[in-house]
Amino acid sequence: MNGIATVHDETNYVLTRRQLLQSAGAVIVTFSLSRAFRGSALAQSATAQRELDESQVDSWLAVASDGRVTVYCGKVELGTGIRTALAQIVAEELDVPFERVEMIMGDTATTPDQGYTAGSKSIQVAGPVLQRAAAEARAVLVARASDRLGEPVTRLTVRDGVVSVVNDASKSVSYGELAGSGFDRSFTVGEDGGVSGTAPLKDPKDYTIVGKSFARVDIPPKVTGQPSYVQDVRIDGMLHGRIVRPPLRTFTGVGAVVESVDESSVADVPGLVQVVRNGNFIGVVAEREEQAIEAARKLKVTWRLTETLPEHENLYEYLRTLPVSEEETVADAGDVETALASAARTLEATYLWPFQAHASMGPSCAVADVRPDSVQIWSSTQGVYPLRGAIAQLLGRDEETVRVIHVEGAGCYGHNGFDDVAADAALLSQAVGRPVRVQWMREDEFAYEPKGPAMVIDLRGGLDESGNVVAWDYTVLTPGHSTRPGGQAGNLLAGQLIDPPAPEPPIRHGGGNRNALHLYAFPNNRIITRWLDSTVLRQSALRSLGGMANTTAVECFLDELAAAAGADPIEFRLRYLTDPRAIDVVKKVAEASGWDTRPAGAASNGSVARGRGVAFSRYESEFTYVAVVAEVEVDRSTGRVRVDRVVVAHDCGRIINPDGLTNQIEGNVIQGVSRALKEEITWNAEGLTSLDWESYPILTFPEVPTVEVALIDRPELPPLGAGEPAHCNIAAAIGNAIFDATGARLRTVPFTPERVKAALG
Amino acid sequence: MRLQQRLTIVVNGQQHEVFAAPETPLLYVLRNELGLNGPRFGCGLAQCGACTVLLDGRAIRSCSTPVADAADAHVTTLEGLSENGQLHPLQEAFIAEQAAQCGYCMSGMIMTGAALLAQTPNPTEEEIRRALAANLCRCGTHLRIVRAIKRAAEVMA
Repeated sequence: MNGIATVHDETNYVLTRRQLLQSAGAVIVTFSLSRAFRGSALAQSATAQRELDESQVDSWLAVASDGRVTVYCGKVELGTGIRTALAQIVAEELDVPFERVEMIMGDTATTPDQGYTAGSKSIQVAGPVLQRAAAEARAVLVARASDRLGEPVTRLTVRDGVVSVVNDASKSVSYGELAGSGFDRSFTVGEDGGVSGTAPLKDPKDYTIVGKSFARVDIPPKVTGQPSYVQDVRIDGMLHGRIVRPPLRTFTGVGAVVESVDESSVADVPGLVQVVRNGNFIGVVAEREEQAIEAARKLKVTWRLTETLPEHENLYEYLRTLPVSEEETVADAGDVETALASAARTLEATYLWPFQAHASMGPSCAVADVRPDSVQIWSSTQGVYPLRGAIAQLLGRDEETVRVIHVEGAGCYGHNGFDDVAADAALLSQAVGRPVRVQWMREDEFAYEPKGPAMVIDLRGGLDESGNVVAWDYTVLTPGHSTRPGGQAGNLLAGQLIDPPAPEPPIRHGGGNRNALHLYAFPNNRIITRWLDSTVLRQSALRSLGGMANTTAVECFLDELAAAAGADPIEFRLRYLTDPRAIDVVKKVAEASGWDTRPAGAASNGSVARGRGVAFSRYESEFTYVAVVAEVEVDRSTGRVRVDRVVVAHDCGRIINPDGLTNQIEGNVIQGVSRALKEEITWNAEGLTSLDWESYPILTFPEVPTVEVALIDRPELPPLGAGEPAHCNIAAAIGNAIFDATGARLRTVPFTPERVKAALG
Repeated sequence: MRLQQRLTIVVNGQQHEVFAAPETPLLYVLRNELGLNGPRFGCGLAQCGACTVLLDGRAIRSCSTPVADAADAHVTTLEGLSENGQLHPLQEAFIAEQAAQCGYCMSGMIMTGAALLAQTPNPTEEEIRRALAANLCRCGTHLRIVRAIKRAAEVMA
């Protein structure tokens, strides 16, 4: 049928690395698919010879005899537009039209390993690598043209993939004619991922593609219903699976033991192929999707719960009782205790951050085809290689016989259930010997996706007689924010459920203190991270990791100090900022928002109070600079907060695609407003209670503020990420605006009407 | 679930014979029997709107509408909006406004927009926001989606 993506049986479509290197000829099988889906490699034959050494130009790009450029990128499209932006970078440096570049992204058989697509690092990290590969490729092509045309390189110019002699366009040769079998040229990739080479890079002043708002290549197929997502992958002979979970939604996903399974309970379900059990992992496989759903609902399983957990109301007290496994000093300048003791005025506050969900619009989905000697997985994972290792371990296979192919999913905003569902599909396919598609149900997604973890942040600050900050003391209590697969089956839910369970992976700290290291020059400054090994719910990376909680605590507490000092919040920040780019974004947001200079907390009277708040951050303390102003209305009688307007000033260095960047920033803001005002995972003695869109509401159209974005472009500087930085500031700017409007300080996210009313007194 | 039956449904102007239990949600028939990608599974609970299609011009949630209910009606999905290879003004407008991040919700937004414009050809921003109040977008593309529907309304006027 027209428009359906079908992967036909290919006898040897899973190839080992050795086979890949031995096989000859580049055969790209094209189906009548959209460009983006084709680029996902679903329709790409693995018979293409692929070099995967990251220092080789040939690993990254190929030029065909018709001049088309194929880029092999280890980063994947998550709905942020990098398929388009990275292609712009390549087209620019290679001097070919943008339309001629096609991206293959995230396929263990064809793309180099670039780890996870995460942390706002795609443009920042993959951009320079692809730029370097393109520059080296261009140099090779121009050198070949020099030989071909008998002219020195210095007399040659390139335009739209055609090399010609300066002032003599009649002497020219196209890239297609020069491409041959590859480039056979290498460049240097440093330990830190930094790249260097011999070819000159283009002067940013000459850019014609980078810096322009090219339309996203994936949008036309998506608006016409072309297959675009992992949910649209359909394989010949594919069955449908669902996972059966405990009726009481457990906290970690593994806190229940199967005592018995009554298969007779599903005997009447038509189309049922198999009930699959391995330890506490239970799934059903059926011919049709609705049959799998029916079987999963009907299957009678007796579970014994093995967890007891704290009441939700006591979450933060409970977190404080957990053992701290590591205490990390992030900063310790001066003598904080002495400065606090001698301060004219001291303030103390605690900021609390809840468990929150990624809450993707499309529940996690994967297709697996597990055969006796090969495994193929279609997944929306953020890291095809780390997932491949984990799946290989889960199935007891050699990693080289497993191929993981990325296909876009619904936006994920971090590590949700996409890796887990790939493992689910793999186990079910292994059991039935046919390809299986598994899509989690909505309640599965809410219950079992790893959550952005709860955090507790304690602060103390001291002011001198003149209202200057003399001491800053910051302690964040947090678990590590990533339980990504990392090649370990034990990081996958299924790996923890099977018998015997996969080896327990090492606990990783990190991410929880992101943005805790502020840029303010305080004379006495101490920042401590107290790491927990685990908390209550299974946790992993959610957009900006700890960045949003830490920026909220830093920027709201700074606002508390400014208010105590009777200072204007922007003037107060500028007092302590020394980095010129930081100062620029703060001044820019003041100007763009029409900031009304006055001390915060000049509370308005009347039933609806209006206020504005500011927040600044530098992502991970070393990357993108963002300043945000939020304007809010607070209804004193209901406690309801409405965010009317958000203004963002943003400096991420060189801008690749201004509209794509603005789109990302708007998303950071709107999702940030949602997390700040509405979102919190809750539970009771029965289990999780946030299981659908009614029990975990997100921001809706009528509640969305206007968003204004002021971009600062620095073409001469390297590009930095934009998928998360602006997100960090949103709750802080809103909290500060609520204080400005009402004089009430909110320190627990989300700022629900109940909490606002309580704070109003 | 009752036994599968042969049912006739009209989707995007074409009559199809499908084989499904009558209470099967229309969504699964559209996606798995007819191979359509426009309507998407988001919640199965009629809460998010990702599965929205038109049933006789009315926006409905195909995830919780039994296929049998569509037997005597005309179903239109995203794929049925374009005619003779010509994109519908809403599709054009979503491209022009770059009104997507992941785009997973977009089909539902466009179909809800189509139902709105059929009733209210020249909606205000507030009317558009209200019409989309039960369609969720997680990426935060709302402002572009509103602009796209407004743009389409202007083109269609």
